[in-house]
Amino acid sequence: MDLIWQGIREAFGLIFGFDAEVWRISLLSLRISGSATLISLVLGVSAGTALALTRFPGRRILVSLVNTGMGLPPVVVGLFVTIFLWRNGPLGVLGLLYTPAAMIIAQSVIATPIVTGISLAAIQQLPPKLRLQILALGATRWQMVRLLLREARLPLLAAVMAGFGGVISEVGASIMVGGNVKGLTRVLTTATVMETGRGNFDIAIALSVILLLLTFAVNYLLTRIQQRERPR
Amino acid sequence: MKKILSAVFALFAAALLVTAPGSAQEKVLILATTTSTQDTGLLDVLVPAFEKQSGLMVKTIAVGSGQAMTMGQKGEADVLLVHSPDAEKKFMDEGFGTTRRIVMHNDFVIVGPAADPAKIKGMNSAAEALKAIPAGGGTFISRGDNSGTHSKEKALWKAAGVAAEGQKWYQQTGLGMGQTLNVASEKGFYTLADRGTYLAMKKTLALEILVEGEKSLLNVYHVIEVSQAKWPKVNAAGAKSFADFMVTAETQKTIGGFGVEKFGSPLFVPDAGKPE
Repeated sequence: MDLIWQGIREAFGLIFGFDAEVWRISLLSLRISGSATLISLVLGVSAGTALALTRFPGRRILVSLVNTGMGLPPVVVGLFVTIFLWRNGPLGVLGLLYTPAAMIIAQSVIATPIVTGISLAAIQQLPPKLRLQILALGATRWQMVRLLLREARLPLLAAVMAGFGGVISEVGASIMVGGNVKGLTRVLTTATVMETGRGNFDIAIALSVILLLLTFAVNYLLTRIQQRERPR
Repeated sequence: MKKILSAVFALFAAALLVTAPGSAQEKVLILATTTSTQDTGLLDVLVPAFEKQSGLMVKTIAVGSGQAMTMGQKGEADVLLVHSPDAEKKFMDEGFGTTRRIVMHNDFVIVGPAADPAKIKGMNSAAEALKAIPAGGGTFISRGDNSGTHSKEKALWKAAGVAAEGQKWYQQTGLGMGQTLNVASEKGFYTLADRGTYLAMKKTLALEILVEGEKSLLNVYHVIEVSQAKWPKVNAAGAKSFADFMVTAETQKTIGGFGVEKFGSPLFVPDAGKPE
């Protein structure tokens, strides 16, 4: 128990003492997971909306695949991304392995099905007659999609939070494709694993506390956007 | 919706811009090494010094010796710092490496709970001690990850004439040295550890050194330059400068002094230039 208090004290010491390494690691976590969330937001909302509004043979299988993808194990993603990015692998010419870009790719692969699945459910749970009504009022197809997205904004923001939460807390893929290289690809989760392995439990706890604070701060901002008065 | 979307985008765009992406394609050297060199903190001292001197950026990938050598075989690493002599010889014989130089050594120790249920403390044969562990009702926990430590442990079991794999009293973590020591400490198991990692973590472990000092427990580290012949993308020049750096008098002195201040005794003994 003492260890936890000590870790929490240490966390605040590191944050407010402006420990350069800890700040760099935290900002890198935010940058990588933020970028991955942004990419998955663009891909996931488009794919989810398209899946929700169209009917075609094999759609159910595709939706089942998306729902399975929501539970995609990060280590599996990490392994495949690593093999693709090896410098002698299929995408080796890009020279991306052990860079932040590789981590963004892996995390996007993890977050996109999450955002897609929740977007799909969000659009599909809107009353079906709403679409008819919007179209009857003379809206074009794109105007209808925009209105539907606006109607579904609460669950869509939940999708963003779920996607971000899924990747900022993820360690398996990050350590494989990033390599936990100091100053380049070391993020909060991989640093925590390393410090635990070194027996530096106090620092590991401090990093965990920082991770939780960071996640809370991002979610608080998103929640404020989500819960504010409906825009007119 | 537009407002919300733009707010969300602004948030993440800001996150994107907080730090500019590192230009990955400057001169990069991939060093595949064992967990023990990272967990002791030795590389935190050596790598920055080398980077400063050479202008290269080193990507240290800390895995077991087995995986490090596989990375070398696949041309995914430029230089290896490993401690698994038998596997290293095979690696060299198969032409995956160009040079292999001795860097340093420390030794392995058998650690276990202070209560020592199998009464192995002070035994001077590692093989005898291993034999006594199951006989005395102890449990042994292995790295089980093809690391250098795991290879050494398998060789010791062989010398003891015990088929440990699959026995009830023999467990495996599949994790690094630090994490395996944590598990052994928590469960009161015996394990084989390199002295460096054990000393570096001693303050958080409820484990004691029970068997040490035997010749078969020697733990030797070599630096291997990966051959460019099979994989042209290997940074051979960078590998050579790193390997050269590891055996310079100055680096060797740093290695010999590493840990004295923090742990009271050095964690590694410099060996460059000495015969095997």
